[in-house]
Amino acid sequence: MVHARGIPSIWLAGALAFLVGAMLLGLATGPVSIGTWAIVQSALAHVPLLDVRSHLSSVDSAIVWQVRAPEVVLAALVGGMLAIAGSAYQGVFRNPLADPYLLGVAAGAGLGATLAIAYITSGSSLLLPVAAFAGAIVGVALAYSLGRSVGGVLGTGTLLLAGVTVAAFMTAVQTFVQQQHSDTLREVYSWILGGFGSATWHDVLLVLPYITISSIVILLHRRVLDVLSVGDEEASALGLHVRRTRLVIVVAATAGTAAAVAVSGLIGFVGIIVPHTVRLLVSHSYRAVVPLSLLVGGGFLVIADLLARTVMSPAELPIGVITAFFGAPFFAVVLRTMRS
Amino acid sequence: MSAAIETVDVSVSLGGAEVVRDVSLAVERGEWLALIGPNGAGKTTTLRALAGLVPYEGSITIDGRPLATMTRRDAAKLLAVVPQAPQTPNDLTVTEYVLLGRTAHIGYFSSESRRDRRAADRAMTRLGVRQFAERSLGSLSGGELQRVVLARALAQEAPILLLDEPTSALDLGRQQLVLELVDELRRDHALTVVAAMHDLSLAGQYADRLVLLDRGAVVGEGSAEHVLTEERLGAFYGAAVHVLRENGNVYVLPRRRAR
Repeated sequence: MVHARGIPSIWLAGALAFLVGAMLLGLATGPVSIGTWAIVQSALAHVPLLDVRSHLSSVDSAIVWQVRAPEVVLAALVGGMLAIAGSAYQGVFRNPLADPYLLGVAAGAGLGATLAIAYITSGSSLLLPVAAFAGAIVGVALAYSLGRSVGGVLGTGTLLLAGVTVAAFMTAVQTFVQQQHSDTLREVYSWILGGFGSATWHDVLLVLPYITISSIVILLHRRVLDVLSVGDEEASALGLHVRRTRLVIVVAATAGTAAAVAVSGLIGFVGIIVPHTVRLLVSHSYRAVVPLSLLVGGGFLVIADLLARTVMSPAELPIGVITAFFGAPFFAVVLRTMRS
Repeated sequence: MSAAIETVDVSVSLGGAEVVRDVSLAVERGEWLALIGPNGAGKTTTLRALAGLVPYEGSITIDGRPLATMTRRDAAKLLAVVPQAPQTPNDLTVTEYVLLGRTAHIGYFSSESRRDRRAADRAMTRLGVRQFAERSLGSLSGGELQRVVLARALAQEAPILLLDEPTSALDLGRQQLVLELVDELRRDHALTVVAAMHDLSLAGQYADRLVLLDRGAVVGEGSAEHVLTEERLGAFYGAAVHVLRENGNVYVLPRRRAR
């Protein structure tokens, strides 16, 4: 009997291995050298019923589990979220270059978060994702309606131009607010550059529910995203309520992106690089692209974070610089292959 | 027993222009009805209205149930649509594409069951594309692609098939192949077929009944013998034709006007 390809198990295993490997590397790398095997033992020691004892000193253990682990876990969560959101936007807009960064989602989230930092006094960290989400929704809604009003949201160029326009405007407003509140300038600026340097378990817990729910919703729609690939009218003729479906997916992807942006700042291109790599290597079916993007995106951003920490050590490079450095050429390549 | 499709005074306006006007039709179960008419007569829009894909005025009932009250899922269980220029993402495999036809039968968040995969398998075997199962759509020829699209429609297991110029991209031999196939499917699966058709001779040979549309309205209806006359085709197509009647078949031949 015939089968849809789904996810070939070898690629699933490979993506998992990539994520776990990247995270172990992230935990092992830093000014204090701690062996990977010792970290694995220490991790296994936390698992009940396993008779493994940690050989890490209490200082090393604190470095690994209180300093490095939150950073690595947060990078994995944010990377997975940006990548899976990218694949979702690409599916619903049928646009291979759609990305949270280029659709005005990230800039909107940035504006929302800046407003929250500037106008709501400290202790606002719980509000940050909410403000970022509101800004992100406004961003994507503006980009979508602008693209639609000039015709052809589903064409490749128009939606992206609309997104870039919206992003430029929102960034301008954000810079204005930021300059007006020079007292918070430093906080906002370092946040915008993006990074996980000061990540704590508190940050992880803050975004975990948003990212989990958003990812689950997108994962559940992976078959539906394939149905959307034949266009709105045919998808509708096949029995799909297209508008409602698109709305649900966009809201889920945007909520997750906003939460990610709220803790990590603006990190571009992950949503393009990762899903396209999966397409090139495995399959164009969203049944494979969506789940694999989640795993590979996590590993990818952990490695990008690692590079950001080590390339100019002891100084730390903004992680957005790393992703743009690899992402921009990648974007150019995708653009070229699309035109041919 | 109610008709497969019944429309009463259906009108459709697109972009402020009324492109279908007061169309009333009844299509019997198992019948093949061809919609013919010059470019812009409203054939495609009529089909889209029958599938519930454009807003319309008037009433459409499918199997005795008003189309307006059906969910997209219910409508898709009754009506399978083959558009004139279907979107066929190059990178999907034939199997993945044919399985899309099962959307109305699969729970929103679930993936296809054994039953769905068996239906896709049957449809692909029936249309002779089973051997392409793992190939990507981008690697198929026009004729193969057309059969794959029909397989998707058949996998949908809907009793009514709406075809929009199903042979417009094919050469003469493949046109006949595809129409023969549709006719076989119709008989084997007791399907009702409504097809917008470009080639009048083929329409006359395959359809039980022709409906001639002009500027959105029905201007002729009946057997090929009755509808395909030189006067009518001259009046509505602005065409000079010679109509040949032979062994109960009607052939429409373009004829250059005498100079």
